[in-house]
Amino acid sequence: MSRQLLLEHINTPGIRGIKAFREKGGYSALEKALKTMKPDEVTEEVKKSGLRGRGGAGFPTGMKWSFLAKPDGVPRYLVCNADESEPGTFKDRYLMSHIPHSLVEGMIVSSYALGANTAYIYIRGEMLYVYHILEEAIAEAYEAGFLGKNILGTGYSLDLYVHPGGGAYICGEETALLESLEGKRGNPRIKPPFPAVKGLWQSPTVVNNVETIAAVPHIINMSGDEYAKIGIGKSTGTKLISACGHINKPGVYEIELGVPVEEFIYSDKYCGGIRNGKKLKAVVAGGSSVPILPGEMILKTPTGEPRLMSYESLSEGGFAGGTMLGSGGFIVMDEDTSIVKNLWNFTRFYHHESCGQCSPCREGTGWMEKILHKFMDGHATLKDIDLLWDIQSKIEGKTICPLGDAAAWPVASAIRHFRSEFEDYVRNPEKIKDIKHYYRLNNLQPVS
Amino acid sequence: MPKVTIDNIEIEVPDGTTILQAARMIGGDVVPPAMCYYSKLETSGGYCRTCIVKVTQGSAKDPRPMPKPVASCRTPVMDGMVVQNRTAPDLLEARNGVVEFLLINHPLDCPICDQAGECHLQDLSYENGLAKSRYEFKRREFDKIDIGDKIKLHMTRCILCYRCVKVANQLCDGRVHGVLNRGDVSEISTYIQNSVDNDFSGNMIDVCPVGALTDKTFRFKSRVWFTKPMDAHRDCKKCDGKVALWMSNNEVLRVTGRKDTYGELESWICNECRFDKKEVSDWKIEGPRKIDRHSVISQNHYESLRQLKIDVSKQKNIAEKAHQDNK
Ligand SMILES: Cc1cc2nc3c(=O)[nH]c(=O)nc-3n(C[C@H](O)[C@H](O)[C@H](O)COP(=O)(O)O)c2cc1C
Ligand code: SF4
Ligand code: SF4
Ligand code: SF4
Ligand code: FES
Repeated sequence: MSRQLLLEHINTPGIRGIKAFREKGGYSALEKALKTMKPDEVTEEVKKSGLRGRGGAGFPTGMKWSFLAKPDGVPRYLVCNADESEPGTFKDRYLMSHIPHSLVEGMIVSSYALGANTAYIYIRGEMLYVYHILEEAIAEAYEAGFLGKNILGTGYSLDLYVHPGGGAYICGEETALLESLEGKRGNPRIKPPFPAVKGLWQSPTVVNNVETIAAVPHIINMSGDEYAKIGIGKSTGTKLISACGHINKPGVYEIELGVPVEEFIYSDKYCGGIRNGKKLKAVVAGGSSVPILPGEMILKTPTGEPRLMSYESLSEGGFAGGTMLGSGGFIVMDEDTSIVKNLWNFTRFYHHESCGQCSPCREGTGWMEKILHKFMDGHATLKDIDLLWDIQSKIEGKTICPLGDAAAWPVASAIRHFRSEFEDYVRNPEKIKDIKHYYRLNNLQPVS
Repeated sequence: MPKVTIDNIEIEVPDGTTILQAARMIGGDVVPPAMCYYSKLETSGGYCRTCIVKVTQGSAKDPRPMPKPVASCRTPVMDGMVVQNRTAPDLLEARNGVVEFLLINHPLDCPICDQAGECHLQDLSYENGLAKSRYEFKRREFDKIDIGDKIKLHMTRCILCYRCVKVANQLCDGRVHGVLNRGDVSEISTYIQNSVDNDFSGNMIDVCPVGALTDKTFRFKSRVWFTKPMDAHRDCKKCDGKVALWMSNNEVLRVTGRKDTYGELESWICNECRFDKKEVSDWKIEGPRKIDRHSVISQNHYESLRQLKIDVSKQKNIAEKAHQDNK
């Protein structure tokens, strides 16, 4: 259970450059696809591979590609979502900055499959150094004849651009990303129409995550059927997990989907256990938007089986008893962590990042943050817990884009699993470390 | 032509009709409230979420229910679709939630607001609001600004319905007006306080569902319910010249476009008609204008105002005082 595809050559010196990358077999999928396969055959392999979107929603990539409208005389586009801004997620940045050519090759093969002659990588604006690394890789690819007109004499042409993002988390939502790429304010679009029909400049467009696209050359090299053998069930292939929090070895790990969560947290191959010999309290398994689960629930499914790192196993138990693989941002919290404070921090983030188009998210995120701030200040009441619950339930599912849900789920799950901790903040404000700190800072006496 | 059932009433509608339009064809109680959609403005709708409905059957082909409530103004009907609006208590609860969100930061300074009496948010909160706000924090405030010499923007009252932005983009030349910042500090503004100066910019005032954009030539002149709306017209080179005059004692206090049942203009009027023609002699008066649906003006001089949840007579007194103070 330790197949490495994306990061296999991460330690090869010079792998950032095209020379070392090619020595390790890089760009062989490009030659194979462009010279020996028809575009639809490439899509077919991706379908067979069972690859699912690595950006968070886990939608089957081959199916997404086959939905792309193909009207005559209208250009099609592939856009790579490299906006990575979900708290806890830092895998795309790692891949792009270390092996940029794996994304460039993936973009070429995928664009070929989709019949796109122009493709974009929309990269988070704050990651400017990665932008430069990609620019350099693209220049090398042009020089090697992998980009531009008539690639390798096959008659297929592709131009690839990197575009630095607008500096907002919401620009990672695919339709906001397209707006931003068009030079407008990054507001999510109201769907329908979907990007597959009307995307960039009103033309059919596929938006895929960095890791999704980087997996495509491996699928072409080994065949879709072989790729589908890696992993477990409908969770095929490998997945990058960015692990952080109170663990001994934070970092980016490539796992074969299906590794037991317990092994992932405790084995020395991965996170290496909880820091300072502490106990595990809770895990946010797929980036800040997914429901938080207490330690015992993340290790075991509701039926008592060991939980695995896979789309299905992590979501077993539904919303009440499970969570999601999401983007693979794995945040581990030890016994000393305040769930309430952590939630306040997450909620502050969503409040700050709401684009403000629709009322429930625009107004609800700020309201929830203010109430959580009352907990931090030590003057929340028990009623505030129910109010928070009610507000999140009125945001969820009522908004234009999933950011509303992403703001609601952490609140719902924290209250569901850690209600007593909220009550503790209400009943014993003086006991709480952060609050004592607050009172000390402000030279106040806690109220009883 | 697809058939759709809304609150147990079936109707056949042309292809591409949205659920909201279909409901308006049926009329009456089944029509969801719409604060941001405006049939005459392209790409409007989808923002406020007050028009959400529950789709219990997607279509005849795919009868599965839709997992979440949908914005009726932006969702086309499918043949065999079944929709619930007033008949689904959970949907009404969800809509109350949306209304509450629209109100938590709203000043509700109706007594001194020029929109009072013809405000869609007032209507909406009578129908869907809680009696008491659960929001205990300081409400958001913005400075009032002038956008051009005829229009006042009172951003604190704005519900970010984007209608005025669409007017600016679709009716006026040059893009001078839009949304700044994001989230709950978003604001409607012009580019570095540029004035909005355009033959048709005044229509922003009429599309604004609340008192955020008001006519500076009318500000604080009178409460809407003291004025009498009259249909009138004149020969105008720029627009069709068909307007509503809001009169008091044979004086024209305000000129607006003519609005339909859903508060939408029948046609756009130009700024000359709106702001510069304030003499009775400028107009050919057709007769009194019938206004329905609106809570206050339609009550025709308060005979049945007691039915309303808020005490308008008290409001009136506060309003008069505020007007004095503001003069
Ligand atoms: C608020 C928000 C932020 C998002 N940010 C990202 C992101 O940074 N990177 C990403 O790949 N997908 C992000 N997504 C998901 C994208 O909308 C989209 O589903 C994804 O790029 C599709 O790619 P995939 O099918 O390869 O996963 C975000 C979604 C939302 C709602
Ligand atoms: S849910 Fe939030 S981020 Fe998404 S469109 Fe609505 S306001 Fe914007
Ligand atoms: S906009 Fe409407 S609800 Fe708001 S203060 Fe004015 S009249 Fe009242
Ligand atoms: S100013 Fe009025 S029309 Fe413009 S967005 Fe605000 S509420 Fe809507
Ligand atoms: S009227 Fe439909 S969302 Fe506002």
